[in-house]
Amino acid sequence: MSQQSSQQLESYCTFRVDDLLFGVEVCQVQEVIRTHPTTSVPLAPAVVHGLMNLRGQIVSALNLRYVLGMPPAQSDHKPMNVVVRSSEGPISLLVDEIGDVVQVDRDRFEPLPETLQSQQREMLTGAFKLEGKLLLILDIDRVLAIPA
Amino acid sequence: MDGFDEIINEFLVESYESLDRLDDDLLALEDAPDDRDRLASIFRTVHTIKGTSGFLALPTLERVAHVGENLLVPLRDGEFRLTSDTASVLLEMVDAIREILGMLESGQGEGDNDYAALVERLQAALSTSKGVTPEDAAAAVADDQATEESVAEAVEAIEAVIADVIPAETGAAETQATENPTAEPEPVAEVTEQPSPAVAPTPAPAAEAPAEPSSVPAAAESAAPVPASPVPAAPPPEPPKPVAEKAPPAAAVASPTAAAPPPPAAPPQPAAAAKPSRGRASEAGRSGGGDSSEKSASVVDSTVRIDVALLDKLMNLVGELVLARNQIMQFSGATEDPAMAAASQRLNLITTELQEGVMKTRMQPIRNAWNKLPRVVRDLSTSCGKKVAVVMEGADTELDKTILEAIKDPLTHIVRNSVDHGIEPPEVRLEAGKPEEGTLCLRAFHEGGQVNIEIVDDGGGINADRVRDKALEKGLITPEQADTMGDRELTNLILLPGFSTAAKVTNVSGRGVGMDVVKTNIERIGGTLEIQSKGGQGTTLRIKIPLTLAIVPALIIKSGGGQYAIPQVSLLELVRLDGARAKKEIEYIHDVPVYRLREHLLPLVYLDEQLGIRPFGQHRQDLDAVNIVVLQAEDRQFGLVVEAITDTQEIVVKPLGAHLKNISAYAGATIMGDGTVSLILDVIGIAQKSCVLIEHRDRSLREHAHRGMSRSKDGESVLIIDSGDGTRAAIRLSSVARLEEFATNDLERSGHSYVVQYRGQILPLISLSSQVSDFSNSGQERLHTVVYSYEGQSVGIVVGKIVDIVHQQLGNNNDVASGRSVIQDRVTQIVDLKHVVSQGVGMSSHW
Repeated sequence: MSQQSSQQLESYCTFRVDDLLFGVEVCQVQEVIRTHPTTSVPLAPAVVHGLMNLRGQIVSALNLRYVLGMPPAQSDHKPMNVVVRSSEGPISLLVDEIGDVVQVDRDRFEPLPETLQSQQREMLTGAFKLEGKLLLILDIDRVLAIPA
Repeated sequence: MDGFDEIINEFLVESYESLDRLDDDLLALEDAPDDRDRLASIFRTVHTIKGTSGFLALPTLERVAHVGENLLVPLRDGEFRLTSDTASVLLEMVDAIREILGMLESGQGEGDNDYAALVERLQAALSTSKGVTPEDAAAAVADDQATEESVAEAVEAIEAVIADVIPAETGAAETQATENPTAEPEPVAEVTEQPSPAVAPTPAPAAEAPAEPSSVPAAAESAAPVPASPVPAAPPPEPPKPVAEKAPPAAAVASPTAAAPPPPAAPPQPAAAAKPSRGRASEAGRSGGGDSSEKSASVVDSTVRIDVALLDKLMNLVGELVLARNQIMQFSGATEDPAMAAASQRLNLITTELQEGVMKTRMQPIRNAWNKLPRVVRDLSTSCGKKVAVVMEGADTELDKTILEAIKDPLTHIVRNSVDHGIEPPEVRLEAGKPEEGTLCLRAFHEGGQVNIEIVDDGGGINADRVRDKALEKGLITPEQADTMGDRELTNLILLPGFSTAAKVTNVSGRGVGMDVVKTNIERIGGTLEIQSKGGQGTTLRIKIPLTLAIVPALIIKSGGGQYAIPQVSLLELVRLDGARAKKEIEYIHDVPVYRLREHLLPLVYLDEQLGIRPFGQHRQDLDAVNIVVLQAEDRQFGLVVEAITDTQEIVVKPLGAHLKNISAYAGATIMGDGTVSLILDVIGIAQKSCVLIEHRDRSLREHAHRGMSRSKDGESVLIIDSGDGTRAAIRLSSVARLEEFATNDLERSGHSYVVQYRGQILPLISLSSQVSDFSNSGQERLHTVVYSYEGQSVGIVVGKIVDIVHQQLGNNNDVASGRSVIQDRVTQIVDLKHVVSQGVGMSSHW
């Protein structure tokens, strides 16, 4: 993908939750889709928003706000889906808004400061310092492993 | 190398199949040692394996198969009868072959074992049967091998003629000869390719001919007249004539030289070689080999080997098609266009047929799972000195391949158990007036969309007393419970984890992996297991399993704003009560709603309450009509109250993701006609959740607790709890209104105490433990609460953990005065709720 240049460029699929910009490695993302109807699952752990029909495949949609310890969305704005691959098939992450795929230089990566709350720290691997903003990188394995 | 690997793979697949058949055939032979057809078929199988292994340069395998073959030759020729020892050593050979094949499959070549001991035993078996010394036998082995090659050329000729012989014998010789005056081997050559499996063994009979002098003249006799007939009929054919002359000498040469291989079998002229052997060939045909191979040839033509992965994929695709069909049907139902309606109707029919067809491809007779059981029984019964006959009924009953695979191990375990523990040794059986030989009957049949499998033995049955003693010894039940249990309940105790009744641990069973694992495995595929046993007369284990797992008919219902599917397997009937009737006919025992269904009390479970959509017990009366879905969960029935019943539909079961797998209320999810996702309810899970079914031991415990309450007046049921600080406490069940769980988040503060909103009331909470009074910081997410009511007021007593319900006599020998008692061998504080509540700090002011 990005190996041609001498710089170490990596591609990330970006999206926004609240005011924060997050990124997931492009190769982990299966697809990005608009709002999709979901069926809520009574008794399910809070992280599961519901189930959706992705072209005949049943996919769990996870509430990323819950994962990141953020308050529920205030507006009526419908969430979008970032479908990521996992060992157990695709899983959808609900986000507020979908951004671009960006290429960033590995040199700009930095681990997170210690002052960040532990739950949020656990879900992130680090941050890329972009111009005027930070791109927080999600640790997908940890996000998907979040227990009930 | 790839091509070679492919050949090896094909050889493996083929050989495994033949080996399975071999096991069967050998066992059948023990019962009927004179069955020539089977002997011929066994011989053919071993011979084929030997031949192919030679071709593939697998010397060890070839050697083992070769010696086995040598032993089989005289058997087939009827020189001596199959004894149990011979059968054992042959079975051992089968195992050895299987082992080598296994090595090959895992890419380790033939392995290091050279099976010298086995080869020796096989030779020994051959020599003892023949009454020759092992050296002679070994020499014969060498000779045979030499003959093999020289005979090989002759074989081709023989093959050629066999095709010719069959019409000749039916009297068509004249016509054939005239129509085709040059009845030489060449024209028939292409035909020979097909019957070749039948002919493959023929070189061996030729080689063995000297060992069987009586058959040779017979062959010569039959050979002589037959060629005679073509002679007048067909003037040109030169070859037959010399053959007729040559045949008798060939036989004559063969008969005196008993040890030497018959040279006439391999002369250069094909015609000459062909004709004398023709008698033998036709003899082989008569002995059944020819017929069955013709049959198998046609079977090979009409079947295709398919990779199971491809079938699985097809099944998935059909599942998708069914979903798409459901969607189309829904759309077409909404439009008025007749053409669309007709097309979708047709699509509907075709899909159904396709689905049935594809499902059939995955169906296999249960015989495939049963195949190895006779062998298991034989080995096991021999090793424990018992005699057991296996009877199979309904071996053609078909079920899905996945299910078949899943029940193989449980079945083996059950059968082992039956032989090891069920069927008695012969002496005991004779004493009991039963035939010396025990019978193990495997029975399979379809019933109501399910497959029933029964394993019936006529052994000693399960000794209920012994089960009870064992359960007591292992502390699985208390003596009080044991006293109240019937035989059937005691019998079913063997399904508890960690139970083994084997008086002694043998090498076959009693290793700790018990019937509970069998039960779990069967339940995992949606099946049930039950045991019936009559002391002294035997035991019946009945397994009920669904036909297939992938596509199931389901009832679609609505509850709490969502749509759910209930598999129809558990559905018994639907009952609808309108508002007025519902109010009258749904009765309450304390808080538990019941309905009298044909004079039986049916416990009612509100689905929305179970799913946590509606708080427990609220607004039940508000419904203007009550829809009750009567369901069967194991041996219980219960009524599931739902909002509406929509439809029945074929649904495709899809698994739930990792986050939802642990919710017992769901069996999976499916996609409905409109594309939405619906959850499939797990009837057993809901029954367990709502306490209609309490799992395993707990269920019987509660049952007995209740029964005990009604039976004896001097004892009562008590609830054992952990008060939160490690103290074990008991509360009289009669003073408990309900057991509830509250989320810590729902707690609210009122003055000095905590309260929670409960059924429109404010429920004050108090703790049994003096140390734990700040619930919100107790670290627990949910609080276990015992609700106590008196004089219209309720109070919640927060406990650490609900441990058990036991039936206990809180009588004289216990120190009631101090408030302590010994329950289940532990000191337990007896709590008087009324006292606790009236003492509750700060409570009285609120009341």
